[in-house]
Amino acid sequence: MEFLKEVPSIRFMTLRRWWYAISAAVVIASIVLVMVRGLNLTVDFTGGLVFELGLSQPADLEAVRSALAAGGIEDFQVRTYGAASELEVRLPPAGTGAAGDLGERVVSALRTVDAGVKLNRTDSVGPQVSQQLGEQAALAVLMTLLLVLVYIALRFRWRFGVGSLVASLHDPIVAVGAIALLGIPFDLGVVAALLTILGYSVNDTVVIFDRIRELFPKMRKTEPADVIDRAINETLGRTIIVAGCALSSVIFLAVLGGETLRGFAIALAIGIVIGTYSSIYVAGAIALDLGASARDFMPPEKRGDVDDLP
Amino acid sequence: MQRYPLWKGVLLAAVMVAAILLALPNWYGESPALQLSRRDRAAFDPATVTQVAGALKAAGIPAEEVYTDDEGRLWARFTRVDDQLEARDLIQSRYEGQYAIALTNASRAPEWLNTLGLEPMSLGLDLRGGMLLVYEVDIEGAVAQLMQRLERDFRKELRDARIQYQEVAVAGHAVHVTLRDPGQVEAARKALLDYDPLLTFAPDAAPGTLTVAMTEAAVKERQGFAIQQNITALENRVNALGVAETVVQRQGQNRIAVQVPGVQDASEVVRLLGKVATLEFRLVDPTGSPLEAERTGRAPLGTRLYKQRDGTPVLLKRDVIATGEQLIDASFVPAQGEPAVSVKLDSRGGDEMLRTTRENLNRPMAVVFIEKERELAMRDGREVAVDRSKEEVISVATIRGVFSNNFQITGLSAAEGTELAKLLRAGALAAPIVIVEQRVIGPSVGQDNIEAGTEALLIAGLVLFAFMVAYYKVFGVIADIVLLTNVILIVALMGLLGFALTLPGIAGIVLTVGTAVDANILIYERIREEVKNGASPWASINAGFDKALSAILDSNVTMFMSGGVLFLFGSGPVRGFAVTLMIGIMASMFTALVGSRALIWLVYGRRRRIERLAI
Repeated sequence: MEFLKEVPSIRFMTLRRWWYAISAAVVIASIVLVMVRGLNLTVDFTGGLVFELGLSQPADLEAVRSALAAGGIEDFQVRTYGAASELEVRLPPAGTGAAGDLGERVVSALRTVDAGVKLNRTDSVGPQVSQQLGEQAALAVLMTLLLVLVYIALRFRWRFGVGSLVASLHDPIVAVGAIALLGIPFDLGVVAALLTILGYSVNDTVVIFDRIRELFPKMRKTEPADVIDRAINETLGRTIIVAGCALSSVIFLAVLGGETLRGFAIALAIGIVIGTYSSIYVAGAIALDLGASARDFMPPEKRGDVDDLP
Repeated sequence: MQRYPLWKGVLLAAVMVAAILLALPNWYGESPALQLSRRDRAAFDPATVTQVAGALKAAGIPAEEVYTDDEGRLWARFTRVDDQLEARDLIQSRYEGQYAIALTNASRAPEWLNTLGLEPMSLGLDLRGGMLLVYEVDIEGAVAQLMQRLERDFRKELRDARIQYQEVAVAGHAVHVTLRDPGQVEAARKALLDYDPLLTFAPDAAPGTLTVAMTEAAVKERQGFAIQQNITALENRVNALGVAETVVQRQGQNRIAVQVPGVQDASEVVRLLGKVATLEFRLVDPTGSPLEAERTGRAPLGTRLYKQRDGTPVLLKRDVIATGEQLIDASFVPAQGEPAVSVKLDSRGGDEMLRTTRENLNRPMAVVFIEKERELAMRDGREVAVDRSKEEVISVATIRGVFSNNFQITGLSAAEGTELAKLLRAGALAAPIVIVEQRVIGPSVGQDNIEAGTEALLIAGLVLFAFMVAYYKVFGVIADIVLLTNVILIVALMGLLGFALTLPGIAGIVLTVGTAVDANILIYERIREEVKNGASPWASINAGFDKALSAILDSNVTMFMSGGVLFLFGSGPVRGFAVTLMIGIMASMFTALVGSRALIWLVYGRRRRIERLAI
């Protein structure tokens, strides 16, 4: 079996201005969306208390709310997640060590609604921790970007480093936009997913760059745009299969992996699609417009194959 | 015929055998279990084992197995967490206080694997249920405490030396002393050095003033002390919970993370860990008989009955010489021949100590360790806080000389000395700690998580495997074997390196399997291209591997770098994910480049002629 019997000859680069425009529009839309609509931040980043409770029957949210109010609990938010009998109660940050007592009060208040209520999970994150978690996450993203830029610039040329950097910025931004649009809870798992998207996108870009690096010396007479097109076409089979494989794994994770992993898996799925697109249309195109040509890979070619190993 | 170097084959086979052995216990998995140990650490006899098993059976709690281990502890293994909890309650009520009961997991692997010391990888709290508490230590508060104490002591030392001062004030990490009579600077310096010979004075103080500044190192040391002290205290209390596989570790600059697997009552644990410890130095009463007092339950006038750690009773005088609040530092001095614990008190404690030792030379003195626990009790329908305390004599030593605020306790073994220093520090005035993060995951949620995660892993794997065979035929089968090996290697490495598997970790494995195919696909696509270009089968295979190498290296290095960053900056779930991602990348590079080539040689290498490759 083979999807692409012949190497296709799609002229990706001629349409790149259109793709730039679309990418830019999507990026701006994502930023606006995050600013206007905001992210559905979880306690990991806002601080506060979350109780996850299991009820013996589908929850009647109105009854739950009045029971909690009757139990003297203030400032709460209630919603169901996953199955309708799974309830999430969210409270603002409480005093130190009070999580356990509050949990007991929530459970005893809800007993009036459902005698079989069970406390499945408690998350209590203080404001110091949540602020630090946010800072750490931002720092991790920046560090990864920087490392990737340096590595690609060393292994390829700076034009390619910039191309992959723009692609790497593009992908998490659009992914965050999609997360805001879908209202997926933004927790530490989603941050991990964003960083993985970054890694995946770079991985994909590198494979195409690797082919460009190989083709340029061979096709010295050909226009750079055609060389890049050819590199993308030659690796297209692989790109589709790998994206498909990764996507199918992640979709199984989203469907079967349980509530805890769902946000993470959906974020990853979005990222894989965007990452694949950006390595085809964004990374190579930017390198091309920055003037990538056969000259970029001439001197190292003379030094021979040894240079190929890091 | 193609050659394949023998050493490579042997190496590969050895790695595989080791990996399979290491990963094998995970195949059998773990069951919820109870671990009982006798208070006197003696082994359980077979009769008790039968008795416990009988009691469980009589109560209708199905136990998979009841047995003793090498160290003579009794284990009871169950299928369900509910059975485990029910059994705990039963044993607790039936053998009240006789045994220490710990909730834990037991491997289901056959005996021979256990004797080899091979165990399944440990599970994170999200997969087994349990509680995470993160405490923040107020390290600035700890330094401020010390500065205030210095200020108070300086005033007292100067007063005692009859040196008049205008002001003694703390500013940041320094104490400024302004004297009435500038001519007394030298005398003041001497008085303060008598109090602590290690004080350093700032050189450029104005005439008639002295400035004692804490060095950066001293500040750091004080902060380290505050954290270490709290870690010791928390460790003691966590061990007292009787739960197996607890973890207490420093996290970042000023936090302590405590992991308690499988505990139900969160507020109970928080309360137990939030105990306050202190110390009392008291004289031993040499006249009364402690055994007599223990028998009658009445201590002679002016004395109190205490117990030492080994249970022997001892009578101590009611007057307290010094308390933990006055203890500044305690450290173990591993001097040759005679290890000692060096103790430093503040001025007030030092004065009282001086008076006591002068009058009681060659009499024994004891240190009492006290842990107070605040409990909410119902009184007349209202909640009231009640303090309960546990008191224990941790040291009895004879006073061999007259001393004040600096002294040593000798006559200990190295192990005893380390333990005593630890307890003394734990009892010193503690730097305040607050809970900044608390997560509790119910055990059944843990079980649901692990089931869902494994199911996703299995189905994603199966679909991927089927696709690879359909797409690459014989080479697809090779890729599948390589991927399977990859998972086995990941599991083996996780166990070997001691990383716990978490739910994000499972996600990491799923993702690695999803992308590990990438390396194989890169190679196979290259081989196909070469075949299409008319190269001979072996030339195609070799060229495929060679040309794919640079792409595989570059892409894996970048993935690995983002994994590394995640590991360094992340915490909790992010870290668990990063660990499996990095281990997975290493495993997939190895299997795709080395393993896959060896398999291809196994299939094609020994044939004289290959017409075409099944790819």
